[in-house]
Amino acid sequence: MKALVSVKRVVDYNVRIQVKPDGSGVVTDGVKMSMNPFDEIAMEEAVRLKEKGKITEIIAVTIGGAKCEETLRTALAFGADRAVHVKEEGDIQPLTAASALAAVFKKEDAQLFLLGKQAIDDDANQTGQMVAALLDLGQATFASKVDIDGSKITVTREVDAGLETLELDLPAIVTTDLRLNEPRYLKLPDIMKAKKKPLEAISFEALGVKPAAGLKTLKTTAPAKRSKGVMVKTVDELVTALKGKGLL
Amino acid sequence: MAKILVIGEISDGKLNAGTAKVLAAANAIGGEIVVALLGADVGAAAEGASKLAGVTKVLKVERPENAHILAATYAPQIVELSKGYSHVLFPGTAFGKDIAPRVAAKLGVQQVSDIMAVHSATSFDRPTYAGNAILTIEAPAEPAIVATIRLASFTAVEASGSAAIEAASTTATLPAHTRFVKLEAQKSERPDLQAASKVVSGGRALGSADNFKIIYSFADKIGAAVGASRAAVDSGYVPNDMQVGQTGKIIAPELYFAIGISGAIQHLAGIKDARTIVAINKDAEAPIFEIADYGLVGDLFSVVPELEAKV
Repeated sequence: MKALVSVKRVVDYNVRIQVKPDGSGVVTDGVKMSMNPFDEIAMEEAVRLKEKGKITEIIAVTIGGAKCEETLRTALAFGADRAVHVKEEGDIQPLTAASALAAVFKKEDAQLFLLGKQAIDDDANQTGQMVAALLDLGQATFASKVDIDGSKITVTREVDAGLETLELDLPAIVTTDLRLNEPRYLKLPDIMKAKKKPLEAISFEALGVKPAAGLKTLKTTAPAKRSKGVMVKTVDELVTALKGKGLL
Repeated sequence: MAKILVIGEISDGKLNAGTAKVLAAANAIGGEIVVALLGADVGAAAEGASKLAGVTKVLKVERPENAHILAATYAPQIVELSKGYSHVLFPGTAFGKDIAPRVAAKLGVQQVSDIMAVHSATSFDRPTYAGNAILTIEAPAEPAIVATIRLASFTAVEASGSAAIEAASTTATLPAHTRFVKLEAQKSERPDLQAASKVVSGGRALGSADNFKIIYSFADKIGAAVGASRAAVDSGYVPNDMQVGQTGKIIAPELYFAIGISGAIQHLAGIKDARTIVAINKDAEAPIFEIADYGLVGDLFSVVPELEAKV
């Protein structure tokens, strides 16, 4: 059984984001880029499922320009068997990404698609759900536990009311939340091995994907800053201040 | 004129408080506003929705298959209901985030995630990079705009109306590939974290699940909801539905207490919109003090009980 895992190259989560003064976007030149952390969790889960013998092959897929090949090499170092690079430049929005990923999923005849629940750049939280809609398959978003049993997958999801468990027929789409697992550290031999694993490039055209009309970004601004308040010395001072503002 | 379909969320048989905030966004867009409620029995929720200011009509979509919320079965029905509407709005909760993209994809449109401000019927602000960059976007009006609303950015509308309640039926064939197994709900007598006007959160410095008692006790004294930092959740002191932050719940209470929380970027992203932030931490250099309105350096184990006694 094949599993597909999508990975996205994003600004590293430790980078302090700076909005360009002209409002045209955020600074990405010379900034450290990494695999989206939620996608690392998806990769890790795929590798664990393979180690348990639940799946036999892991295919990593990404969409983007030439530099995204690095992200695929990272996925291969995690343990993906091969990689597919949908090579397209420019602003690719979720519905377009989902169309391409759905096409790859079908082409590969995969049974399980693991995606991060959201990318930490656009924070859209849409792509997995859209892939499921386009393929008319079941979806389990925000997964914190995954178990495959034959042709079924049981997923525990993090919802606002607590933990919800769903059972889905395979093939199915699962998006990963933070607590699903802790991704492993990559070892040098695995990184070296990854360089020799097969990596195939493909275009939207070859996949039969036409970009959907997108949202137009008019401007990007930095959020309003909170200013530093006052330091109080005692609990009495704090209580007086809060009561004075009618908060207690 | 805009014709807006709001998908209401139901929790424990009642209308979820977030729906009144989605209404605030719908009113900002302006136009005819219809609230649709899906479920097996949505009577009580429909009563609640009919009172919300600005609602023209409430649609009850009752089917036995709607007893459990499943994106795969809700989405085709919402697509069916959305015919003739210019906007389909969802709360930016786990419920809305799960279903809205599935609806958008079926309608062939990009979805607008987490609307935090409305400029016009087609132009909105939304956060990216964990709230560190705000995009002002223009969405194509045709065929429809599908969006989730960032609840922390809107104030709930008043329950001052009396809209008509109608039954609506859907004929969409529903898939059987997804089945509900169980929900392990974390029940609490305390106010809901996302709706509370006061929230008290504890961090890793609490040191144990047992020590969290002083947080609960203080919160109960002032009628506050209880939250936690990711560090406290990961350490197993509290269940994960209490997590406040970019990857947990994003909240905007009138008063927020951050107790023993250092203030990691991801936690701050979840409390940015709180009106007043009070930080109590023994480390005077903790980043939380950079954004707190009131800061008190001290040992939480003596400060919190004293605070509880004096309020």
